[in-house]
Amino acid sequence: MATGFKTAEPLEYYRTFLKDNCRPDGRELGECRTTTLNIGSITTADGSALVKLGNTTVVCGIKGEFAVPPLDSPNTGYIVPNVDLSPLCSARFRPGPPGEQAQAASQFIAEVIENSQVIQKEDLSIENGKLSWVLYCDIMCLDYDGNILDACTIALLAALTNVLLPEVCISEETGLAEVNLRVKKPLNIVKHPVATSFAIIDDTIIIVDPTGEEENLATGMLTIVTDEDNRLCTVHKSGGSPLSGEKQQDCISRAMTRHKEVRKMLDEMNKSVKTKNG
Amino acid sequence: METGLEITSDYSCLRPFGCEQNLLSRPDGSASFFQGDTTVLAAVYGPADVKVSKEIFDKATVEVILKPKVGLSGVAEKAKEQMIKNTCESVILTALHPRTSITVVLQVIHDAGSLLSCCLNASFVAMMDAGLAMKSSFCGLTCVIGTDGNIVLDPTAKQEKESRAVLIFGIESTAKKVLLLTTKGSCSVEELQRCLAICQKASEKIFQFYRDSLRRKFSKS
Repeated sequence: MATGFKTAEPLEYYRTFLKDNCRPDGRELGECRTTTLNIGSITTADGSALVKLGNTTVVCGIKGEFAVPPLDSPNTGYIVPNVDLSPLCSARFRPGPPGEQAQAASQFIAEVIENSQVIQKEDLSIENGKLSWVLYCDIMCLDYDGNILDACTIALLAALTNVLLPEVCISEETGLAEVNLRVKKPLNIVKHPVATSFAIIDDTIIIVDPTGEEENLATGMLTIVTDEDNRLCTVHKSGGSPLSGEKQQDCISRAMTRHKEVRKMLDEMNKSVKTKNG
Repeated sequence: METGLEITSDYSCLRPFGCEQNLLSRPDGSASFFQGDTTVLAAVYGPADVKVSKEIFDKATVEVILKPKVGLSGVAEKAKEQMIKNTCESVILTALHPRTSITVVLQVIHDAGSLLSCCLNASFVAMMDAGLAMKSSFCGLTCVIGTDGNIVLDPTAKQEKESRAVLIFGIESTAKKVLLLTTKGSCSVEELQRCLAICQKASEKIFQFYRDSLRRKFSKS
């Protein structure tokens, strides 16, 4: 009987849970889903990470290639993110060129990388003006159950901490690059941006980490990316219900708490990887 | 051609802005909005026929197309289109026109800073010109935080490039609440609140300009 009610009146069904300040999956309004993280699973990539946020599963693979640095900043490299939302993860996406949501997500990840300065582009330069690294970050969604932006940011950050690039030097005789695959160095991660997404239901109630069904019922979405210095890297509210200053402030505080939780998880993961190798 | 008022008070002054309405004959509504040198031309078609694959049974489908000045639309334009679409969708009374489409086409004539907010203002004036029913009016405002902590409203392209952070707000008129918020560069929470307060105050000038221009448009005929 409950499933019939849920199909016929999804919003009313959801409101009965909201009245008791909880959600159909048992979470509180401000609670995030269990996050699990697995790094280094793709051996052919230079760095990789798999993130599960409840049912939402996102994998990020990073490959480093050579490129000529841009003319206006010859001592920098490139980081090129790409988010792929294929029909594999959800029936809402059709095969073919990237849809609107995938393009907007790719643009969002590019902005997070740029705004937070997660790695210094100067670190990617090999030879000033001649050769630099370009990191292709491919983020693929394997299972879409809402909150894709948070999962992609965590996956990207975890994969970047996992990247090992070989040492490269330009030999003077031939002028060609010589790659030493035996010596590999990790990247220098300066900042750790973490995204927290909120959905606004009925113009008044704000929930954290929405699932796919909750996103469909939402009247507005807000994503806040913070870094460890409690600075806002990106705040993204794309239309939807108007938001007052106080509610915005509550969301920012919740985002900062979430940042600490995710950071702790990333540090524990790094420690466990080091004890395994060292 | 209507020109807006320029307010002069410390750091919170907008560049001279204005709009021209009903300049295209084919669309249901059209407008050209300029802020300083940034000019955007907007055309609105709707409510009109919608493809069966895109129709929503109880609301109108809002579509936004943003054409850059040079070249083909890329991922950056798609992201801006999505932001403008979501903002327009939350203001237009879409439930009045089920199974129809409302299309907003924007053409960038010149980009000299604050492009997204100029696009928002142009689309609003064009929707007003088309006679679409809306819950409230909205306006777009950009402000930048300089490297010295100075806040400048309605920046030029040069000011945007040299700044530490760029914040774009879409503010609605009834309670000055935030419809759209997107930031570029990092800023602290206090800076965000200060920029929000400045933009909310400046938005009143733009809303007054909308009222004056509409009054002038109908008093002539």
